[in-house]
Amino acid sequence: MVLNSWREYEKEIADDRYYYARSCIRQNFFPGSETTFLRIMRQLGKDVYDDPRHTSCTGIGYHTDIVPLDTTMAVVARQFALMTEAGYENMAISCITSFGLYTEILETWHEFPETEQRARENLFKATGREFRKPKNIAHTSDIVFHNREAIRQMAVRDLKGLKVVEHIGCHYAKIFPKSGIGGSEFPYVLAGMVEAWGGQVVDYPERRHCCGFGFRNYLVKANRGFSIANSRKKLESMKPYKPDFMVANCPGCAMFLDKWQYALAEMENTTYGADGRGIPVLTYEEMAGLVLGYDPWEMGMQMHQVDVEPLLDKLGVDYDPAAKFLGRAGKYIGAPKPAGVNSFEGDRIYRIKN
Amino acid sequence: MAIDFGYSVSQPRAVDLDRNDLSLAREIVREMPEFSACIACGGCTATCTAGNLTSFNFRLVQTLVRRGEYAGAYAEMNKCMLCGKCRLVCPRGINTRGVVRLIKRKLGDY
Repeated sequence: MVLNSWREYEKEIADDRYYYARSCIRQNFFPGSETTFLRIMRQLGKDVYDDPRHTSCTGIGYHTDIVPLDTTMAVVARQFALMTEAGYENMAISCITSFGLYTEILETWHEFPETEQRARENLFKATGREFRKPKNIAHTSDIVFHNREAIRQMAVRDLKGLKVVEHIGCHYAKIFPKSGIGGSEFPYVLAGMVEAWGGQVVDYPERRHCCGFGFRNYLVKANRGFSIANSRKKLESMKPYKPDFMVANCPGCAMFLDKWQYALAEMENTTYGADGRGIPVLTYEEMAGLVLGYDPWEMGMQMHQVDVEPLLDKLGVDYDPAAKFLGRAGKYIGAPKPAGVNSFEGDRIYRIKN
Repeated sequence: MAIDFGYSVSQPRAVDLDRNDLSLAREIVREMPEFSACIACGGCTATCTAGNLTSFNFRLVQTLVRRGEYAGAYAEMNKCMLCGKCRLVCPRGINTRGVVRLIKRKLGDY
C-alpha cells in the first residue's frame, strides 16, 4: 500500500513570473510590507509584475453583504483579464481575504460553470475584456515559504533563541484546506519560515483560535467587544510561553493582534509581553526582511502599535532610533502619543505617581 | 485612567474547569455519591411542576454546579416546590429532592 495521504497537505507553488495582486487594507496598515515583498523577490531574481491598474477585490464589501456576488465575480474576472493581458499565468495574492475570495470564486466557477459564463459576459459588457483563468494561485506567504531556503542562504542574521507565535489567517486554508500548505489541520506556511530561519515556534493551546478580526465583529461597534475578547483569549493563552514576537500572514490578524493589545492595555491596564510591554506583531515580509538585513524603518515598522525596538535589540539590528518617524527625504511624519502597551511596568508606576 | 472606547470586552460563556473552584462540587458528590450517577437525561426537568410555571431547569442547575458554576444556583433551587415528581421518574434512582436540599445548604453564599 502506498501511503500518500500527506500529499493532500501539499500545495503546488509557481516558481517564477507572478502577477502581483496587492491588498487594499495592507497598504494602509502595513504600508511597507508589500514593497518589502517586491524587494525580496527582486533580490531572489524573480519576475513579479506590479500592476497599478488592478483594484480592490471587493472582499470586505462582499463579506459584509454590501457588494453582490456577481459584482465581485466581475471585479475578480477583471483582475484575471489584466493578468492575461500582461502575459502572466501565476497569481501572487498579497491579502488573505483576497486569496480566500479568488479561491472561492474559482471553485464556484468549477462547480457552477454558468456563473463563470455570466461573469465573462458581465466583464465583456462592462469593459470589453476577456481573460484566462490563472494556472497557479498562491498567497505571497506561500511564495516566501517556497523560497525560504534561498532566503536563509542570503540571510545576514537568524532567529536563533527567539520564541515565535505564528498565526494563519482563517481564509487561507479554513475555507478550502487544499489551498494552503498543510491544509487547515497542519498549517505550516509560517512555521516553516520560522524553523528555516532558526526560530522556535510556540505551540500554545489557542494557536488555531481566530484572531478576532471577523468583518461583522469589528465593523459594527456593538460587536467589537466580541472581537477583542477573541484576541484576548489568544493573548492570555500565549502569555505564559513568553513569545518574543508574533508573525501573521493575514492583514486583519496582524492588525488586530497588534492594535487590540493597545486597546486592552488602555481598557484593562494589561499587557502580554514578558517585559511588561506588548508583544510585537510582524508580517512575514517584515520577518524575512529583518533576516535579510533590511532597515526596519524602510519596511514601515514604525507603523506598528506595539513598538518593535525591543525585538530589534534582541535580533541585534543596527537601527537609528532618531530616524523612526522620518519619512521620505527625511520629512517628519508625526509620532503617536505614548501608550501603556509600549511602556515598562516601571514606567507605568511612574506615570500613576504623576 | 482607563479609556472608554464605547465597548467592553465580551465575557466568555465557556465553562473553564481549570479556573473554577470545584471543591464545593466535590463536597456535594462526597455527601451524596448518587449525584454522580446522573446521566443528564432530563426526565427530572420534563416532569418538574415548578418548571411548568417558571424557568426552573433542574438538569441545567445540577450540570452547572458539578462544573463549579455556582452563581445563581441557590436562587434557582428556591424555585423547587419539593414535590418529588422528579424522584419518581429518575432512571438512576437519584434522590433528587435530597440533591436540591443539599445544593441549597452548600451554596447559600453564592
